[in-house]
Amino acid sequence: MKIRNKPDFAAGLMFIAFGAFFAILARGYQMGTAAKMGSGYFPFWLGVVLCLLGLFVLVRSLASSSEEDGLAAWDWKSVLWVTGSVVLFAILLQYIGVVLSIMVLVFVSAMASHEFHWKQTLINAIILIGIAYAAFVWFLKLQFPVWPPFLTN
Amino acid sequence: MDLLSNLSLGFATAFTLQNLLYCFIGCVLGTLIGVLPGLGPIATIAMLLPATYALPPIAALIMLAGIYYGAQYGGSTTAILINIPGESSSVVTAIDGYQMARKGRAGVALFTAGVGSFFAGCVATLVLAAFAAPLSELAFKFGPAEYFSLMVLGLIGAVVLASGSLIKAIAMIVLGLLMGLVGTDVNSGTSRYAFDIPQLTDGLGFVVVAMGVFGFAEIMANLEQKEHRETFLSKVTNLWPKKEDFKRMVGPILRGTLLGSILGILPGGGAALASFGAYSLEKKVSKYGHEFGKGAIEGVAAPESANNAAAQTSFIPLLTLGIPPNAVMALMVGAMTIHNIQPGPQVMTSNPALFWGLIASMWIGNFMLIILNLPMIGVWVKLLTIPYRHMYPAILVFCCIGVYSVNNTVFDIYLTAIYGIIGYVFMKFKCEAPPLLLGFVLGPMMEENFRRALLLSRGDFSVFVTRPLSGCLLAAALFLVFIVMIPAFKKTREEAFVED
Repeated sequence: MKIRNKPDFAAGLMFIAFGAFFAILARGYQMGTAAKMGSGYFPFWLGVVLCLLGLFVLVRSLASSSEEDGLAAWDWKSVLWVTGSVVLFAILLQYIGVVLSIMVLVFVSAMASHEFHWKQTLINAIILIGIAYAAFVWFLKLQFPVWPPFLTN
Repeated sequence: MDLLSNLSLGFATAFTLQNLLYCFIGCVLGTLIGVLPGLGPIATIAMLLPATYALPPIAALIMLAGIYYGAQYGGSTTAILINIPGESSSVVTAIDGYQMARKGRAGVALFTAGVGSFFAGCVATLVLAAFAAPLSELAFKFGPAEYFSLMVLGLIGAVVLASGSLIKAIAMIVLGLLMGLVGTDVNSGTSRYAFDIPQLTDGLGFVVVAMGVFGFAEIMANLEQKEHRETFLSKVTNLWPKKEDFKRMVGPILRGTLLGSILGILPGGGAALASFGAYSLEKKVSKYGHEFGKGAIEGVAAPESANNAAAQTSFIPLLTLGIPPNAVMALMVGAMTIHNIQPGPQVMTSNPALFWGLIASMWIGNFMLIILNLPMIGVWVKLLTIPYRHMYPAILVFCCIGVYSVNNTVFDIYLTAIYGIIGYVFMKFKCEAPPLLLGFVLGPMMEENFRRALLLSRGDFSVFVTRPLSGCLLAAALFLVFIVMIPAFKKTREEAFVED
């Protein structure tokens, strides 16, 4: 049995997993009856439907009538750099304030590109900090820790 | 006449300095993201939603709406000049538009796109104004069963009329529905799928999901590719078309406007579908059909009119019935909710200034856009020269700040990052994201109506088919599914999205 359509096969597995997850957890909530639905009713049945759909997609990907397709290559590097830079921003925000966090975010994320240049990124970061400050802190008056706490206190 | 007095109220509301300013900002931003590939209205509106908290509701909606229809104008600029459609709805414009540019007729193509868009936008806004009242009347006859069935129809319509695998799209909708249920169940107060994490008691937040799946994931995917493009940036002069061009433009613009207005209202419709449909229609109908693909002016006029018309009329189901017909409108539902406006038929009666002010501002916006687009083409095009390596950190910065500002918690940023990875996985598995967003926004509403319908019918499921309006809606949904399954239609659907 050959997996002809790999993305579909993977998608089917993913849907089954999600569906099972939601349905199984839903059992822990009150089911109730159709007339008086508990909080578990709707999610449970939706989860079941999702599982069935996933099963259908999976089986179909094995059938001889589906088109051959391979999984595209995964670019782990980009994923990790981008996600990493964002997570880093989130962690640092409370400690060093938004201005410095943006600097970190811009640099770390820019390093993901194969065309990274130090000076250009620095200019980009400064411009962005300027725009972000003007737009979010000054114009819209959103609440942020702007500078590191040990500087302002 | 009622319509006139409503419109005058609308214009009075829209013409305040503040609302004009936000209309302008929305149009400029919209054009900007339309011009820039890789950033679309969904991600931008999601990014700006938190920023609109500080604004009065009318200004916020005016600005967000401006972004949406503004993006339709901007997308055509890049499509014509460098064969990179800035928006999915400009894909078709690129076909003939770019060919016209190669023949030195870029200016004429841009002019045609602009004029067609303007005309269509104005007409469609008129349609919106005229149809609002009767549709709202109809909506009052809707009970929970009808709303549920309408949402089912809307969701099914959204995937049927889109490209790609139908079953996977339906699965994405269901997944979106489930994700929308995370949080506290309004009816019983039970906390669902929150795992005792306090930040999840109010649910996942569509800003998080939208920015993660449409913003972050898109960036990750874009970083994989490295391409070089031929451009015609330096030679854009000579905007004014010849007499013969004018004559050839008229028919396609009219047909495009008509088709676009209709398709925009339909669930699942929207600008992209309208532009594809108009192109195919025009190709069959026009006597210059053989020129399509080589620089026929009709191939620019028709889709551009259609996509703008559809962008305007897609507000109709939102403003009258409270049901978003596509993913962008789903975000507008979110925007309205944030500002404590319940989307639905009562918006017209309880908030007439908002309703008619929004409609009036669409006209104003279309007018601003034609001024922005034609003379300022050079400026927009300069922006395209900003390399992506500087663009995407900017997008990340705005996304992160935006997400943080919703609840002032960094937890949301972590969630968005997770959704970015999930979104990337979806892309690799060829699952489309917009149905997920639609399902996510509609999930809680669907459950509520489902529950209520069954409560009223005492557990009798047949209420969904025995009540006539509800039964018709469900039958229509089923009908749509069957049509797509029929091999003949299947082929047409696939052909429409694979340009030769």
